[in-house]
Amino acid sequence: MHELSLCENILQMIEQQAKDQQFTRVLTVFLEIGQLSGVEPEAISFCFDAVMAGSVAAHAKLVIVPQAGLAWCAKCYHHFEIQHRYDECPICGSYEFQIKKGEHLRISELEVI
Amino acid sequence: MCGICGCGESQLTAHTHAHTHEHEHTHEHEHVEHSATVRRIKVEQDIFAKNNQYAQLNREYFRQHGIFALNFVSSPGSGKTSLLTATITQLPADCAISVIEGDQQTTLDAEKIRATGVRALQINTGKGCHLDAHSIAHALQDQIPEPNSLVLIENVGNLVCPAAFDLGEAYKVVVLSVTEGEDKPLKYPDMFHAAELMILNKIDLLPYLDFDVEKCIDYARRINPRIKVLQLSVKTGQGMTEWLQWLTISQRLSSIA
Repeated sequence: MHELSLCENILQMIEQQAKDQQFTRVLTVFLEIGQLSGVEPEAISFCFDAVMAGSVAAHAKLVIVPQAGLAWCAKCYHHFEIQHRYDECPICGSYEFQIKKGEHLRISELEVI
Repeated sequence: MCGICGCGESQLTAHTHAHTHEHEHTHEHEHVEHSATVRRIKVEQDIFAKNNQYAQLNREYFRQHGIFALNFVSSPGSGKTSLLTATITQLPADCAISVIEGDQQTTLDAEKIRATGVRALQINTGKGCHLDAHSIAHALQDQIPEPNSLVLIENVGNLVCPAAFDLGEAYKVVVLSVTEGEDKPLKYPDMFHAAELMILNKIDLLPYLDFDVEKCIDYARRINPRIKVLQLSVKTGQGMTEWLQWLTISQRLSSIA
């Protein structure tokens, strides 16, 4: 739902990078979306072009790199891949776990000229 | 120009502020493009990083001034505003409170709060679906809270987006009314994962509903095993004493932490 404002944040970060790293055009944006980030990849793609229009990233290609969720069970100490926050530990059935990976939304790389 | 971000806006509107000053040198690049070659830049920056930086500044501001801030989140119509007005009127008169209200449109909620005699600032997010830490930083500048006071932030009614945006608060308090269905924690897990306390509101209606309180708490604890739960009815006052105790004790604990 807030993917539009997230795209605006992405654009701000790209514009800052353009100043710092001295580039004038972005060809590709590599965006990592964690499974548990609460961000819908399709909604991001939908807003992306509209938000980037008229900027250094106009017509840039968006490459979404999905990141799987990883949790650590505090009961049986195993790591397991997690799809949803309501999942249980597949080994011991506990809900007492910590999310180790997959909560982030990150620009990993930019392809620029 | 504002001292928080230099964004130069005096009106509080989320999201429209940050990009206006960024385009000043597009014209000087075009000739560079001929000689430039394609290159890859490692960025590795989190999109929420900017919000989190503002949130950290807000948190530090609260800490320095002994302010205890709570961020109330829920779906629309759960009774957040009524809970706040009841809380304000039932807290001791010497307890300094200010309120920040977030809604897409209207100042209705801020007016309801002001009717209790407490200062309230309304942020209209327009198209925005949540409050962000930057808009709160502005609000704190426009309505400076008293030292050692309570700042109650009522977020936009939405169980999705406000979960992702730290405002610098001590805790998120999620309000769930029993008319909504007990499976909300599973349907909107991010919010219940982010909250310290779940308030089940409108429990006076339980005799007329099929809402299963135990199941709801069980679902919430699946998402967040440490979540605290209070059951109350703002309308009848049942459970308000426990809520006010939680509030007072948490405020005291935060002041010595």
